[in-house]
Amino acid sequence: MLPTPSLAARHRRRPQWPHVPAVLLAPLQPLLQRIVRKVAREQPALFARLGPHGRSRFLIDARDLPFILLLQPDPVHPRLRALSRAAAVDCDTHISGSCRELVTMVDGRQDGDSLFFSRDLLITGNLEAAVCLRNALDDIDGSIMQHVCVALGKPGKMLWSWFCSREPLRGSECAAA
Amino acid sequence: MNRPELVCPAGTPAMLRAAADAGADAIYCGFQNATNARNFAGLNFTPNQLQDAVAYAHARGAKVLLAINSFATAGRYDLWQKAADCGAACGVDAFIVADIGVAAYIAERHAGRRLHLSVQAAASSPEAINFYCREFGVRRAVLPRILTLAEIHQLKTEIDCEIETFIFGNHGLMVEGRCSLTNYAVGISTNMDGACSPASEVHYDRNTAGVVTARLGSHVIDRFAPTEQAGYPTICKGRYCTSPRDEPYYAFEEPISLNLMEMLPALIGAGVDALKIEGRQRSRAYVSSVVTSFRRAIDAVVAGRKPELVDLVALTEGQKQTQGAFATKKWR
Amino acid sequence: MPPKLTLGPILFHWDADTKRDFYARIADESPIDTVYLGEVVCSKRAPFFERYLPDIVERLERGGKTSVFSTLSEVMLPRERKMTTELCAQADRMIEVNNAAGLGAVYGRPHRIGPMMNVYNERTMAHLAARGARHIALPPELPRTVAAEMAGNARQIGVALEVQVFGRIPLALSARCFHARAHGRSKDECQFVCENDPDGLTLTTLGGDRMLAINGIQTLSYGYLNLAAEIEDMLALGIGHFRLSPHRTDMIAVATIFADRLAGRSDGPTAMKALGALGIGPFVNGFWHGLAGHLYRDQRVGTGLA
Repeated sequence: MLPTPSLAARHRRRPQWPHVPAVLLAPLQPLLQRIVRKVAREQPALFARLGPHGRSRFLIDARDLPFILLLQPDPVHPRLRALSRAAAVDCDTHISGSCRELVTMVDGRQDGDSLFFSRDLLITGNLEAAVCLRNALDDIDGSIMQHVCVALGKPGKMLWSWFCSREPLRGSECAAA
Repeated sequence: MNRPELVCPAGTPAMLRAAADAGADAIYCGFQNATNARNFAGLNFTPNQLQDAVAYAHARGAKVLLAINSFATAGRYDLWQKAADCGAACGVDAFIVADIGVAAYIAERHAGRRLHLSVQAAASSPEAINFYCREFGVRRAVLPRILTLAEIHQLKTEIDCEIETFIFGNHGLMVEGRCSLTNYAVGISTNMDGACSPASEVHYDRNTAGVVTARLGSHVIDRFAPTEQAGYPTICKGRYCTSPRDEPYYAFEEPISLNLMEMLPALIGAGVDALKIEGRQRSRAYVSSVVTSFRRAIDAVVAGRKPELVDLVALTEGQKQTQGAFATKKWR
Repeated sequence: MPPKLTLGPILFHWDADTKRDFYARIADESPIDTVYLGEVVCSKRAPFFERYLPDIVERLERGGKTSVFSTLSEVMLPRERKMTTELCAQADRMIEVNNAAGLGAVYGRPHRIGPMMNVYNERTMAHLAARGARHIALPPELPRTVAAEMAGNARQIGVALEVQVFGRIPLALSARCFHARAHGRSKDECQFVCENDPDGLTLTTLGGDRMLAINGIQTLSYGYLNLAAEIEDMLALGIGHFRLSPHRTDMIAVATIFADRLAGRSDGPTAMKALGALGIGPFVNGFWHGLAGHLYRDQRVGTGLA
């Protein structure tokens, strides 16, 4: 488990990002789409666990990223898009936390309930959909992030290395990349 | 000194593998329906997954205990029967039951298979436990989290079966299996549907000042200031107003988790046969971390060494821990 | 057999004089058939009233009432175990068992099963009946659909069923005393502060709704269960016993209203109006209709929620 800084320290003012216009996010979209399609292809059990919540729209708000993500984990037409923070987004569930906390939770290295208890994670809207997504992701062995990054070729591996450098916990997993 | 079993939770097959890899002696889990007391969205096992899980656990010397510990309801009793038949076919090592009807069915149809009495049966006296032992051949009772260490010690000498106590996780303070609070608030029964404060009924709202309001159905359970730790959105962990108090207060219990790591030598000395970690609704990260820590600590105690205490407070509800009723009668 | 009106055990800590007066009036003035006696919530309260029980039983019997002794619903401490086994060992008494700790001592002898015993299905009912249970009070959260299934089976094996129809609903039990906690005390040092709240201590949510009532180690609904409008339906299902849970309101009036309903002397709206005039409530009946327990479903509009 990651060491926990004090609650007050974690709630000091976070950096305020400028609103990134949608046009600057355009290059990200095909990459994100590739990621989500790959996961959908390789992890059919994830969607069985999601059940009806596969049709939900999850707004993923990594507070320290300059944009937000919209995920629809539909088994047939999965979608993951980057959106401007200025965009009016219609979603069922809003999940917010720091990038590091969200990524480590998706990868099964952080406990979602603990993040909620420490106020590092907040879910508004349809909580059941979010809990269901968390449970479905937690049932995937290993690191989805690593898997996805490696599949993206050299830039992906660089991204993973960078991520591991900020994330000292699982050295053995990082070495495997 | 006896070597107690370390009994660990699994909400998913990956969590079960993580528990087995971390050194669990036994792992408990349930099916994806109302037959167990953690019937939450996206959680639990299909029959096929259970079969694979049993093979994985057995290959590593760990047992699998199937929780069929909600109360079978008339009109759909067959759901609980099927769960028992299916569990037996999957080769589980024991059933954890609370309902007399379910216990009777398993004792008759699957005689010889171990029966454990769930905490949901609320058996807190030798007379109650011995009733279940006599009637159904129960081999182990999971004790409610309301007895002091001294009381557990005494109880052990008066009963005909093994005892299992919780050592870490949710500090349930209502007598389990006797609580209809969720059903009163939202119409979903913990006893019949297997869910306490189901996520479908929980809503969080954050205002501009960063205060988060937790609601269960139409009822406000608590409000958390931005720098205040949170707990589970259950009625028994909520804040209320009442006439003897000037301020809202935690009428039942503040958000807090049970952690008995420091009491392990005493618990093992009292003859506890199995030590249980709560949290099927948690995650791989939780189970890896907690099971690894307790595995080391138990092994140290059994070997006559002083256990190395590990800080697990980051995993606790409200980031607070307690020895609850186990340490002192004052808790009551 | 005609339907019976029963009076559940007093759940709250009333002083001995209040209890004696209460039972005297029940004996002399009420149309109640069966009275459950004894402390079912907190073992610390029991000594205050024990010595009056023989007189109360005699008075009730003179009034034509049947007495049943209820056991504690939580049994953990030595004194609680002793109370339970000693009570259950009295072969001349009819016992209502509220904790599995009492089952051994009544084994094979006719007895009743209380609403805390979690009888949710026919197999549990049959198992207990085979060991002497003749009468089962269903858990208050049981919906009509499940009660209907149970009633069919109960008839076949000769077990009488009872359902609570009036009063705050027991929702939870704990080892901790919430009354003591509200006053910053522990259970051992409670000084019997629960005596201040003869119908329970109200808990109001931060949203301002009065939701629960605490009574020592017990948590009850704030709303008063009221199934006066559902009586015909319950009779048709084969429910034979109807439990009123004692409160400080005029219980003679409550009993009379329900007795009139059971005898077909009044209809649902008349009874509801009369109960409404007692100034208690709000009334709830959600559990019976498979809804959240705190809701009231109005029979006259069928599907609407009040």
